[in-house]
This record gives sequence, C-alpha cells and structure tokens, in this order.
Amino acid sequence: MSFLSALRRLKNAFRPDSVHSAGERGIILFTHTGDVIQAESVLKQAGLPISVKAPPPDLRTGCDLGIEYLLLHESFARVILDKANLTPLNYFHVSGELLEPISIFQHKDFGEYLMVRAANMKLTVEKSSGRIVNVSGGGCPDVPYLGALLVGTTLQEGVMPRAEGRTLCAYALQLAWEEAKRLCVG
Amino acid sequence: MRWLICGTVPYPSMGLTIGQAGLYLGCASSKDGAPQVYILDQRGERSGLPVNQGTPALLGAFVIMADILHCDPPEILLAGDDGNGDGSRLLYRYLRDNIVNYAGYGITFHYFLPDVDEHNRLLIALEDVNPRPLLCADAGFMYAAKMSGYASVYDLFTPDAGELAFLADENAPHPFYTQGFLLADDDNAPELSARAHSHGNAAKIMLVKGKTDYVIQEGQVIHSIDVPQVPALEAVGGTGDSVAGIASALLAAGLPISESCRKAALTNRFMGQLANPTPAASIAELLCRLPKAWEKVQNI
Repeated sequence: MSFLSALRRLKNAFRPDSVHSAGERGIILFTHTGDVIQAESVLKQAGLPISVKAPPPDLRTGCDLGIEYLLLHESFARVILDKANLTPLNYFHVSGELLEPISIFQHKDFGEYLMVRAANMKLTVEKSSGRIVNVSGGGCPDVPYLGALLVGTTLQEGVMPRAEGRTLCAYALQLAWEEAKRLCVG
Repeated sequence: MRWLICGTVPYPSMGLTIGQAGLYLGCASSKDGAPQVYILDQRGERSGLPVNQGTPALLGAFVIMADILHCDPPEILLAGDDGNGDGSRLLYRYLRDNIVNYAGYGITFHYFLPDVDEHNRLLIALEDVNPRPLLCADAGFMYAAKMSGYASVYDLFTPDAGELAFLADENAPHPFYTQGFLLADDDNAPELSARAHSHGNAAKIMLVKGKTDYVIQEGQVIHSIDVPQVPALEAVGGTGDSVAGIASALLAAGLPISESCRKAALTNRFMGQLANPTPAASIAELLCRLPKAWEKVQNI
C-alpha cells in the first residue's frame, strides 16, 4: 500500500471527535517549538485528531509545546512526521490532563485600528486595509523579529507568524493574527 | 550603581556581544528623528543598534535616561536570537561562568528563551556572588524565573497584565497556558499580584503595567498610577520595554526600587501624552519625548 493510499484510509477512518474521547494518549515533543508548529500542520493535513498542549510538568524545559495524539495513531504519526523530515525528541505516553493553550481573545477598538490580544501577545491592525501596524507584548526572542517582519504587511497577503515563529509567543501571535483576520477580513 | 543589561536582539548573526551602550545621537540631531543608540563591543568596535521593540527598546530608554541623569551608560551583554534559543544559551552560559564579575551590580534580564535548567544554573552561581547584584527581570527571563519556582529571589519584575495573569496562575508554565484570570479591563491586578506573591511567583517588588500601573511590594499595592491616560500606548510595541528601561536607569542612578517604578510609570505615560501617538506609532518616535517627559516627572 502506498503512503498516499494509507493516508487516505487513515483520513476516512477518523471521526471529528476530540482526542480525549477515544482511548489512551501520548504527547510528541520536539527540541524546538518551531518544529511543533510544522508538525501540527502536517499531522492536521493528514487528518489526525491532534491537539497542541503543554507537556506534563516533569517533561517541561521552559518554552514548551507538545502534540497530544491517540496512541493507536502513533505509527501513522511517525510515518507522516518522517515524510516531512520532522524528528521528534520522543513520543511519551501520558495519563493526566494536559494544559491547553489560552483560547480567549480580547479586542480593543481604537476607531481606525483594532487590537487583538491572545495570551501575552497583541496584534494591532488598521481596520480598513487589514494592514498590521504594531505587534506588542511577549518575551521570547523571536517577538521583535516577527514584529519587524509583520508590521506593514496585510492580513490578506502577508506572512503568517507561524511560518517564521519558533516559540510559544509566536504561536500566541499566530492565534491573534487568525482572530484579527476573522474580524477584519472575514 | 553599575548596571548590566542582558538580553537577545533580533539579529541571528550577532554573536555574544559584551561591552557598553550609549546615546550616539539624540533625537534633535538624527536624520529620522529617532534616537540612535550605539554599542561598543569587546573588540572596541562601535556599531549602531536600531531602537525597535525588545531589548533594544529597553536599552534605548536606559541610555537616554542615563544621558539625562548624568550617570554611567549601561554595560551590555547581548546575543542575536531569532527564537531558536542559540543566542539565549550563549547568554545563560556566559552569565553562569562570569557572574562573579558582576558583584554589586544591578542587572536587568530581558528577552531570553525561557529555559529553566539554564536559569537555575545561573541562580546557583549567583549564590557565590558578594555583594549580591540587584536582580530585575522582564519578558522571557521573567517567565523562566517564575517557572523555576525561585521568583522571590528577584528584586523587581515588570509584567504587563497578561504576564501578571501568568504569574498568578501557579499551574501555567508560560503565559500561553494562562487560564481564567485575564479580564478585559485588566482591573484585577491587585488581586492577581497578591495571588502571585502568596504562591512565591512574584518578585519582591513588581511594576505591573496596564490601564492603571501598580507598584506592588510583597503582594501589596504601594503606588497606583493612572494619569495621564494614553490608551494607544498599549498597542505600540516596545512601550513595556521602555518602562523597564527607565526603571532600570533610575535604579542605576540610586533611587529606591519603589520610587524608580513609580517615576518610570509616570515618565512613560507622559512620554506617550507628549507624543500623542496613534496605535500605529513606533517606540523610536516615542522615545524622543523622553527628556521632556522626565522634566515633568522629576519633581512629582
């Protein structure tokens, strides 16, 4: 069976249930958060029901993000990540609840401008054009780098923070970017 | 007091840079009206550092204040890091191996990739330093300090409302995982500060930046600053960094911590009021108003 046909079968096999509803879980950890961001993307494209979560306390180093998955899908996840040249640090079996990323956004309307906050990151856009005018907040080293990259681009055609970001602050900025796009562009 | 500012800058090719920073050109003299900060590295080479958000914004605010206050410019320990952590690791390791040379200094730790192991190795090395440096932390280094469980070792944290919610959430390893404490109007800072303190997740003094700025000592509000109100400041990248830079410079000039925080918060607000920014303004534009802002604040 080819990789693509295996992938098709896999996609058809999954129901849109949450990860929690179906059995034992594991978490995939990587050396860099940037790899997690890429892995999340390829695993979701492959149809795997995954979620990004914080690693359990004894596996944390400081700026951590992991991918929670169902253990029964581990072999498929390994194939998909291998094809994408993404090498995890390890696959761990988990038992307790894992912390979820923040899911609440806050908006501040400045008239011509809208600021969206996700966790510690704030993104401000010009409402009429979708142009990003400021990035603020955060404390990880790629925040100033992403700020320089994003300011002046538009939500319609610009760079997504996820494409260049490597940290949890970048991930939070991606969430703010998506929320701003939803509100300003639709 | 001699002062060290350490943190990453968004230029991945910049290696470990040890030296000094200073004000090259004030706003009135520079072509684009933005302050020009220079860094003088260990080889004696001088180069410009654009004042954008992050550690360069903190540095910009510090050197302008040092110029106004006629105190020594800051020593610097910088490294380029685009988020992969390479520059942060250089900084952690240099600090661990050389922290004994900073006895009696004030140190502001700023943009770092949070790494609890590296942070804790540095704290262990600090135990042998006498006199102990005054320790201030903001941004990623503050995240590592909280996550380590040794936040109370620090003299000053300068969180914004989102970061305070993280400090108050004893389970959150990063602001990204903070749940439940963040209110839209940021008006629960005193309660969150007390909670962070009670769990050992606060520095001795905290300057909480928000709609109202609070100076918190051992979990109790000792100053609140809510005028002038410049709402657009929250959107401008680097305005939190500038507060931390101003507070650090005032500490270096000898002011007590709580008074440095109060005056830094006021100065930043007046800087904003004088600049009258839109949410699209840059921190470089605002920093040009810092000398005038200080004139308003110094005797308040």
